[in-house]
Parts: sequence; C-alpha cells; structure tokens
Amino acid sequence: MISFTRHSRKSYLISALLVVASIISLVFSGLNLGLDFTGGTVFHLNLGEGFTLEEVKEVIAPFEELQGAALQVVQGRDLQGRITEEGVVIKTAYIKEERREQIMEAFRERWSGLDPEDLREENVGGVISGELTYQSLLALAVAIALMILYISFRFEFKFAVATIAALLHDIIIVVGAFSVLQMEVNVPFVAAVLTVFGYSVNDSIIIIDRIRENIRHRRIEEYAAVVDLSISQSLLRAINTSLTTLLVLIAMLVGFYYFIGSFDLITFVVAIMIGVFVGTYSSIFVVSPLWLDLKRLEFRRARRRPA
Amino acid sequence: MNSAIKPGRLVLFIVICLALLAATYFVLGVADRKITRGLDIAGGLYVLLEAVETGDQEVDADAIARTIAVIRMRIDELGVAEPIIAAQGSNRIRIELPELKDVERARELIGRTARLSFVGPDGKEIVTGANLKRAVMERDPSGRIPNPYISLEFDEEGAELFAKATGEFLNQRISIVLDGEVISAPVVNSVIPDGKAIIEGNFTAEEAGNLALLLRSGALPVELRELESRLIGPTLGQRTEEISKLAAAVGLAAVCLFMLIYYRFAGLIAGVALAAYTGIVLGVLTLLPTTLTLPGIAGLILSIGMAVDANVVIFERIKEELRSGRTLISATEGGFNRAFRAILDSNVTTIIAAVVLFALASGPVRGFAVTLFVGIVSSMFTAITLTRFLLRLAMKAGILNSRHYLGVKTT
Repeated sequence: MISFTRHSRKSYLISALLVVASIISLVFSGLNLGLDFTGGTVFHLNLGEGFTLEEVKEVIAPFEELQGAALQVVQGRDLQGRITEEGVVIKTAYIKEERREQIMEAFRERWSGLDPEDLREENVGGVISGELTYQSLLALAVAIALMILYISFRFEFKFAVATIAALLHDIIIVVGAFSVLQMEVNVPFVAAVLTVFGYSVNDSIIIIDRIRENIRHRRIEEYAAVVDLSISQSLLRAINTSLTTLLVLIAMLVGFYYFIGSFDLITFVVAIMIGVFVGTYSSIFVVSPLWLDLKRLEFRRARRRPA
Repeated sequence: MNSAIKPGRLVLFIVICLALLAATYFVLGVADRKITRGLDIAGGLYVLLEAVETGDQEVDADAIARTIAVIRMRIDELGVAEPIIAAQGSNRIRIELPELKDVERARELIGRTARLSFVGPDGKEIVTGANLKRAVMERDPSGRIPNPYISLEFDEEGAELFAKATGEFLNQRISIVLDGEVISAPVVNSVIPDGKAIIEGNFTAEEAGNLALLLRSGALPVELRELESRLIGPTLGQRTEEISKLAAAVGLAAVCLFMLIYYRFAGLIAGVALAAYTGIVLGVLTLLPTTLTLPGIAGLILSIGMAVDANVVIFERIKEELRSGRTLISATEGGFNRAFRAILDSNVTTIIAAVVLFALASGPVRGFAVTLFVGIVSSMFTAITLTRFLLRLAMKAGILNSRHYLGVKTT
C-alpha cells in the first residue's frame, strides 16, 4: 500500500507553492474580467469571408469611444472543418444607445450583407456588473458556511475544516490559473467555479466517508494507516470519475474551440478541467493528511493536559 | 450459485433495457422540440431598465406597473410573439423579446418617455398627451404638407382646453414639446374648437409612425435608464446548440465505452442508466418552467461525465466486497448499501451549493443552478435505483453469474 500520509510534507509544500503562486499572480496581474464584471459594450459581427482587421479599424476610426477597443477575429467551422463564418469581436467601455446605433450603421454601410441574424451586441452598465461580483462572492461565502455546518453535523468539525481548506485551495488555484493564463472571467466561469466547488467537496467527502467508516475502534497511533487505507480504497474511484469527466470536457473543448471559435464557453471548460485535476489531487493529498494532523494535534494537547 | 440462463428473465432484461433506451430517445426528441431556449440560444433582445426618480413622479410599485402597461402596449403594437415585460426588484423593468423582427424599432420605442405637451407663448402648458384620444400617422394626398405627419385628436377636456388656448393665442406660436424638445411650433391661424391638431416636421414615414405609436400608448409615468441590454442574433446560439449536442453524444459514447471496458457487464448497465439519466434530466427540465441557456447546456454535458460517479463509487465498492470473498449477490447488495451513505453525503453538499446559487444569483447563473440541481438528483436516482434494479434482474436472469463480472481478478 502506498503511504500518502508519510509524504504529507511534500504535498503541503506543493499545495502551498501553487496557492502562493496563484495569489501572487492575482495581486500582480489580476484577472482579465469580462463584460459581465466590468461593464461595457461588446459587438460580435459576422462579416463573412475575406475581411481584414484593417478594414474594421477603418470603419471604427471615426468613433472616439472605439479607439481603445480590443479587436478579435473569430472563426466558425462546419463539420468538415471548412471555415464557414468569420467575424470580429469588438470589446470596449460602455457606449450609449444612440452612439451604438451610429456604429452599427457604419458597419452596415461598409458590409451591406451584414445579417441581423449573425449579430451580437451586449451592453452591461456598471450597476449590474457590480451586482454580479457581489452576488458571486456572497453565494460562495454562504455556500461555504453551509458546507461547514453540514459536514460538521454529518461527520465532525475537523473534517469540515480539512474539506473547506482543500476547497479554498482548489478555488484559489483555478482562479489563479485564470490570472496566469489571462483568460476572460465571465458568467460561465462563475458557473464553473461553483461546479468545481461541488466537485471538490464531493471528492473529499467520498474519502472522509471511508475514513469515518474505517476509523471506528482505532487508536490514534493507527490513524495514519487507516487514512492510507481509506485513500487507497477510494483512489480508483477518484481516478475513474476524473477520467469520465475529462472525456466529456475534451469533447466540449474540441467542439467549442474548433467549430464555434467562441470563447464564452471555453472558459467554462478550461476552468473545470483545472478544477478536476486540482480537486482530485487535493482530495487525496490535502484533505486526509490535514485531518490527520489536526487529529494528532488534538491528542497531543489532550495528553499534555494533566490528568 | 445458480448459473443457468433463464430465457424468460433474459428476455425481460433485454426488453427493459431496450424500452429504457427507446423511452430516452423519445423524451430527448420531445425535449428538443419543447424545451424553452434562453435568448442566448434562440436570439432576441434583452433589456434591463431602471426607473429614475424625477421631480414630479416618485418611483413606486404603482408607477412601475403603469410603466409596464405602457411598454406592453407599445410592444404589442409591434407584434412581437411572447414578449416578457416584468418588474424586477422595486425599480427595475426587465424586457425580453424573443424575436429579432423590428428590434431596432423596439429599442427606440421601449424606453422613450414620450411626454407630449402643447405650450403657449407665455411658457404655460396648455394641454398634454394625457388628453389624447387618437394619434395616427397620415400623409397629405394633395401634397401641400410634403412630409408624413401625425394627426391628433384630443378628448373632450383636451378639446376644450385647446379651443380656449387657440382663441387666446391667435396669430401667435404654440410649441409642441416632446420630452423637453420642441418638435414644432406652428402659428395659430384660427380657433380650433374640435380638438384636432397635427404635428408637422421633417419626418420620414417610419419616424412619424413611431411617434404616433408612442403618443397613442401614452407617456411613461417615469423616466427609464438602460442598465443592461443584449441583442443576440440567433445564428451563433443555434450553432453552439448543435455543436453542444454533438459534443454531448460523443462524450456520452466515450464515457459508456470507458465504463464498458473497465467494468464489463456492469459498465454496460451503467451506460444504459446514463442514457436514461439524460432522458430524465431533459424531461424534467422540459416540464419545469425554466429556460435552457448556454451555460446550462455546458453544465448538462459536463454532468454526463460526473453522473457516472455514483456508479463508479458503487462498482468499486462491490469489487472490494468481492475481493473479501463474499458471494456475488451478497457483495452486490453490500456494495450498494455501503456506498449509499457516501453518495448521499457527497451529493447533498452539491445540492446545497445549487440551492444557494438559486437563491442568491439571477439570470443565467440561476438557470445553471436549476440544471445542476436536477442533474444531481437524477444521477443519484439512476445510479442507486435504476442500476441496482438492472443488476438484480441480470443476476436473476443468470446472465450475470460470474464473480469476475466487474473485472475482479482474485477469487
């Protein structure tokens, strides 16, 4: 049997490094917040084949508010892999309605075939984007509080502490990875983080359930062996579930990236991919050793107390 | 161990599996036709407006209700199918128009306050749009008035006020003011006793038509400000839906193949249960008053990979029981019983996350929470109940008679 607990120092070190690196990246490069969080205006125009970015720049040149806009070319493919759609995404600060109409008019003048069916225009004001940030953080905080209550009630408080520590570890690394990659943080990303939340806790509970079952009538000296046994018993399950989830994620990644070219849902897939790796790792290498160390601490304290 | 195959039971097993797959196929077809797609898939216009307090009108529930009524009248005149115009919170109005027909026009019409007033040369208000009985766009057949114009008719009270004012201000200018802007200022040539007037201007037919529509539906009781708007052409959303279906099918096939290779016959049963799972989830989502959004679809596909988790937990448990030397039936039952608590506890936590999300979030994230919740409950049901039922049936039929059925090598 592999001893997971004996190497807990190493796993703590790896986790600490990843978390610190994530936090450093978050502090220094921050997140590439999308429209939903920053507010702003996004045009997604399908201009058909054979346009150049230069042409787009020409059209938007007279509009002062589009000077700092980010332009991105997006391609869609049919199932044979032929490019069938080509468009541009223009991201900028919030533009008022009258001006937006003028901008659209300018595009329609240059590309007369511009089909309203192929159009996307999103505008989010500052009030709404602030609310989304607030709602997302509040949801996270409330869910964590309830999780601590539930695990303390069904298992014990120390399991709750270990599970939540692993959960925060997972979420910080997923968010940190998005900071390092500078991928856009949008509503699907929020959904992904909450899915990772569920996945991480789920993974942890499968293992602590095993520990709860195996630990009965054992002495503290035997706890390390029990934890190792419990992890080995859950290991195949953790790997297989990660694999089936990854199979589906790969299918989605190929579909969204190659055929659609839209990045909105790719953030969802990538965030969950990272979350599945980190979540599986932490359920094995963080939750159980941490719980064991908390237990040992408790016993040491109890022993030091005069009888 | 009774290893003889019982033909009757075997037929029953096969029939039930095929019936489950057929039912799933049927439900998926119905769901595909019936399920309500969000605007991000189907396309349309979404606008969130905030009522702004002005000097003479407080923003209260009544003002919002009246504002919604006016907007509804305007949109109804455009002929949009199934518009949603609803209050959100205390001072917001959410509008969803699931069609792109006339969308530019809709946008121009929705938020306009359209407060009309006739103002005398002394700056005093004579009569307002509230006294209007009729407003239509007309053209002068004689061509004396070159542009299309709006023909107005006041109600009795308005006609009286108008007659009095035209008498008082004969040969002077009366300004016609819309939302604080003078749109025309004709000279009064004669007393107008019948309450009829026209608004002339440099209008196109569409502009005059829009203006007439705004005046007919009346002014908004409060001023509105755009907080958020999304105009979505259906092409991208529909393409994403198509690709998503394909990704779901490929993902489902890959997961089934993996389960079959790894767990042999039990994997086959898990595959049938997984197919049934997709049917149950989409069936329930079709029945619930929810809309399917793009993040929701992504969540659903993902859940295909995660839904087998409960089966994996159970099968690994059964394998352990088998290795410890228990008989086929007792190991299988024991595996289910022992895995149950772990599955329950691990899923309840995700259910908590979904409920919190539903309670606190709005919009697409909320839709995602519903999908998540339905997915978890359905996966627990199929993994615990359906897989168990099929495994028992297979054992009774005698097709599942080897202790190696899960790929366990030791005896």
